[in-house]
Amino acid sequence: MSAVLADMPDAVAPATTKAIAPSKGGRPWTFYVLAALFTFYVLALYGPMFCIYVLSFQDIRGGLVFPMKGQSLHWFVDLFTQVRTGDVKGSFDRSIKLAVIVTGITVVVSFLAGLGFRKRFRGDTVVFYMMIGSLVAPGLVLGLGTGLLFQALGLNASWYTSALGAQLSWTLPFGVLVMFAVMSRFNHVWEEAAYDLGASRWQSIRLVMIPVLAPGLVAVALFGFTLSYDEFARSLQTAGSLNTLPLEIWSMTLNVTSPSLYALGTVTTIVSFIVIGASLGTIVLIQKKRGSRSKG
Amino acid sequence: MKNDRGDIELAGVCKSFDGATYVVDGVNLKIADGAYCCFIGPSGCGKTTILRMIAGHEDPTAGEIVIGGQNVVGLAPVQRRTAMMFQSYALFPHLTVRENIAFALRVRGMSKTDRLRAADAMIEKVRLSQFADRLPAQLSGGQQQRVALARAAITEPRVLLLDEPLSALDEQLRVQMRQELRRMQRELGITFIHVTHTQLEAIALADLVVVMEQGKIKQAGPARDVYAHPHDRYVAEFMGGQNVLSGRVEKVNGASFTLAQAAPDGIEVPLQARPTVSVGDKVDIAVRRDDVALVRPGKDLPPGCTTSLPSRVLAIEYQGYFVKVMLDTVPDDEFVAYVPEKTFFADPFTVGDVVMATWATGSALPLA
Repeated sequence: MSAVLADMPDAVAPATTKAIAPSKGGRPWTFYVLAALFTFYVLALYGPMFCIYVLSFQDIRGGLVFPMKGQSLHWFVDLFTQVRTGDVKGSFDRSIKLAVIVTGITVVVSFLAGLGFRKRFRGDTVVFYMMIGSLVAPGLVLGLGTGLLFQALGLNASWYTSALGAQLSWTLPFGVLVMFAVMSRFNHVWEEAAYDLGASRWQSIRLVMIPVLAPGLVAVALFGFTLSYDEFARSLQTAGSLNTLPLEIWSMTLNVTSPSLYALGTVTTIVSFIVIGASLGTIVLIQKKRGSRSKG
Repeated sequence: MKNDRGDIELAGVCKSFDGATYVVDGVNLKIADGAYCCFIGPSGCGKTTILRMIAGHEDPTAGEIVIGGQNVVGLAPVQRRTAMMFQSYALFPHLTVRENIAFALRVRGMSKTDRLRAADAMIEKVRLSQFADRLPAQLSGGQQQRVALARAAITEPRVLLLDEPLSALDEQLRVQMRQELRRMQRELGITFIHVTHTQLEAIALADLVVVMEQGKIKQAGPARDVYAHPHDRYVAEFMGGQNVLSGRVEKVNGASFTLAQAAPDGIEVPLQARPTVSVGDKVDIAVRRDDVALVRPGKDLPPGCTTSLPSRVLAIEYQGYFVKVMLDTVPDDEFVAYVPEKTFFADPFTVGDVVMATWATGSALPLA
């Protein structure tokens, strides 16, 4: 208390500076501390990945560690031509296809679940917690179980059957959770208004719910795609004889000792960014379209 | 589309959501075709539930709802030819004003050019032409209300149901939109049912005011009837503008009876509506606040006044064309006099003054 008083040049004069935020001059010191902390956080987040990206652009002499030896696209070419690096193209293909299927199913089922949970029903909390439970279950164990079950039933495990199922156990709860968040901002009076104006249930879903929820549905799709695209634990025991991309990368880390591994990392990152960019672009486009129509 | 009559009859309508308590409890009411009817009551009195049952958004637990001679229970809103204007308007956020208004025609399968032409005609009617391409979020509250009205009216309903249509607006706009609602109702010539909790709104608009309490109709009638001749204490207090006093009947003499009260000689009340009063009954009476005159003690009472209650002035509020004087005339109950501004300021009172509150004997109204 006394220190505060001592700091004041003239206790009697009316205050010329505000108590908390100085009206003129710089920011408080806490700003710089927090800014430094944030910078460190970003570096820690992206630094490791940048090492991979940078090292993937070495030339033929390149190794797995720094320093960087030359610059070329050699390892990218190597990635898709050399047999010894594994079936990169095939696994990439499968992963994209699988991610697209998973996305489709996730969006449809999450939307339907969102519709189902608009009103409370008997046992709704049980259904909800069972769904969340599958998020908590260890992926490896779940994958192992799925694989075993397929074997016991005499079915062949493959990426489009058992792996699809195992991945859905992961993407569906996520999709439904996102959908719940989206639905909570949906005013159900809109549905009632549509009904009042003579819309059938289907018309009210098609003409009111889906357009209003569109940005949210894109977000669910994005979740579904990215979660499936780099899913590893659940796919490991369920993908069968043909690998998905993350499994391929993992097996490469075991037997490929060239920067083509890093080149693969760079390529998959680019694909991820394209997908994210496309999704966000769609959301922006939807909103822009609404905005532009309104300027008449 | 053959039957364009919009008269409504509610017969024994009940609604219970949980099977135990009745939100609407045996409501009987007739509303004439083309009437402007206001349901008024505190929140939770069942007025909105009645509206939603007429609209077809809620099914009655018991009773019949008859529109234009046809029992509509179980029918969809479109089949009833009713339209509802929701409390928050419920405009579709992704559609422009024109598309919102054309929505009902769209779901009926009308071609795009036809429905947009019809929507434009309606937009003209509610004077929104320059906003036709805006989204609801870009409109003011009053404009949104007009869009909601146009959207509901475009299907040419027999009955338009309005759920607290003015509650989202600020005071000034409310008065303005009130006018607009009445104008639209005359123009469309259809039955309007309007739910509100503001008595000013109800008496300003309605041909038929329905006062509700706990799922029951307390009184239904023309605005002036309900305001000036409330049936009971609840209606008198809810509609406002009345002082309610209670006391025991001291003696009954021919055309009037006397109520024992703080007044030295009791209060004389004409018998009119209540012929069955006997000595000892506990009776409520109502005296309009603007019928109360204030006289300084010792001065002569105005002609026609036989009762005078000594009171102390508790508070004074200047209201413009009148002055609201609050008095301690009756213990535990509010007693207020609305004194015309000019009368008040000819001989102004101050807080704490002792005055005699008096009124023409004929203006006291016994309540049920």
